[in-house]
Amino acid sequence: MIEVKDIYKSFGDNEVLRGISAQFKPGVTSLIIGSSGSGKTTLMKNMVGLHEPDSGSVSYDGRDFTSMDMKERISIRKEIGMLFQGAALFDSMNVEKNIRFPLDMFTDQSKAEKLDRVNFVLERVNLAGKNKLYPSELSGGMKKRVGIARAIAMRPKYLFCDEPNSGLDPKSSILIDELIKEITEEYDITTVVVTHDMNSVMGIGEHILFLHQGKKWWEGSNKEITSTDNKELNEFVFATKLMETLLKK
Amino acid sequence: MLFYHFGKYILMLKSIFRKPEKFSIYKNEIFREMVSIGLGSLGIISIISVFIGGVTTVQTAFQLISDFIPKSIIGGITRDSTILELSPTVCSLVLAGKIGSSIASEIGTMRVTEQIDALEIMGINAPGYLILPKLLGGVIMIPLLVVIAIFLSITGGYVSGVVSGALTASEFIQGLTTGFVPFIFLVAMIKALIFAFIITTVSAYQGFYTKGGALEVGQSSTKAVVISCIAILISDYLIAQLLL
Repeated sequence: MIEVKDIYKSFGDNEVLRGISAQFKPGVTSLIIGSSGSGKTTLMKNMVGLHEPDSGSVSYDGRDFTSMDMKERISIRKEIGMLFQGAALFDSMNVEKNIRFPLDMFTDQSKAEKLDRVNFVLERVNLAGKNKLYPSELSGGMKKRVGIARAIAMRPKYLFCDEPNSGLDPKSSILIDELIKEITEEYDITTVVVTHDMNSVMGIGEHILFLHQGKKWWEGSNKEITSTDNKELNEFVFATKLMETLLKK
Repeated sequence: MLFYHFGKYILMLKSIFRKPEKFSIYKNEIFREMVSIGLGSLGIISIISVFIGGVTTVQTAFQLISDFIPKSIIGGITRDSTILELSPTVCSLVLAGKIGSSIASEIGTMRVTEQIDALEIMGINAPGYLILPKLLGGVIMIPLLVVIAIFLSITGGYVSGVVSGALTASEFIQGLTTGFVPFIFLVAMIKALIFAFIITTVSAYQGFYTKGGALEVGQSSTKAVVISCIAILISDYLIAQLLL
């Protein structure tokens, strides 16, 4: 379980996070949603240590991440997988090398064992046989799937996904969402997804955190999100005509 | 502002020399960088060196028209100016443009496309993994390139001197072999080592702390070249002042 307690973060005079607390449970896909500038990505970056919170704490299964030194943090980071908005694949490496990279760095597995693991995760994300392709030869959806494959190659306990659907068509977007949910349940991973995609919210939002003006404004599930009387949340949810039309029907 | 960047640069250097996660991977990266920096720059360094040597000989001959000065001295001047100044400094300035911009744009692009964040999330020391192989590749290969540049410059000087009729082959050889002080070669190697360190680390610093997008990557690349060139010239003066 990941627990964030009273996180504050400012950039200069701009207070981005204002006392956010939440818990993210294993085997559950948690979504952090909110409009642009609400602090979603900043919260995630504070959780993984890419940013340092001004105050508050982040703990992984009771281990206080914020007070750790770099060496201790590295041991936690080996348990974290992350899918970045643009997939962040290494341009100079093909798909196989991208996925194998953390295995090369941190395990003493033989070449055959590593290749087995690469092929397994590639099959898991429906990209079997694409080992030798370079990132420049992949579509947006394929890049995201390779990103997921790389993130789960080390069998992480925690998975973070930053806008996994951005730039994808609705069909690819649903495939990525389903993949994230399946992997979360299959391996009992604590998954945190930052998104503003309502398809994802309705599809995989078992646990949703709605941020507004740097604060936790609402917390619940996709079953409750359309029936809340929270004004700001309703404005966010029903911002698209599609959602409005579907719910009227 | 200057002290802020200098402090940040020193902290970056400190993190470069942290213990590598897996030496075998770093070793492969070092070899890859050695090939990229060394072989990749051999062509341009060869062309520049031959012409620098040739121009030095011809211009020295033009300035030394006197019956009281033996022509063989042109060979000596070409040798000393090539070894002491032209090969290490001019080659390093050219390499700052070629290698420096490449390092800054490569690392800068990795920064803006979150590839560096991905390395850090995996628990990898990103400055060490990205910069140390480039630094070692540079400090090994740039002095070797300078040695090749010295040889080619002197060859270029010999050919241009003889072909233009400024002096005979034997006069050039006589000048080349008279009064050689081996210490100047040591100074050249010290310069090459320091310039290599400057080119790789200053460029890496500019790339590593790039913020923004494609435009900023271009700006970092330009800054890397400009700052490296200025730092090379300042340290060139300081080395000359201290060692000669």
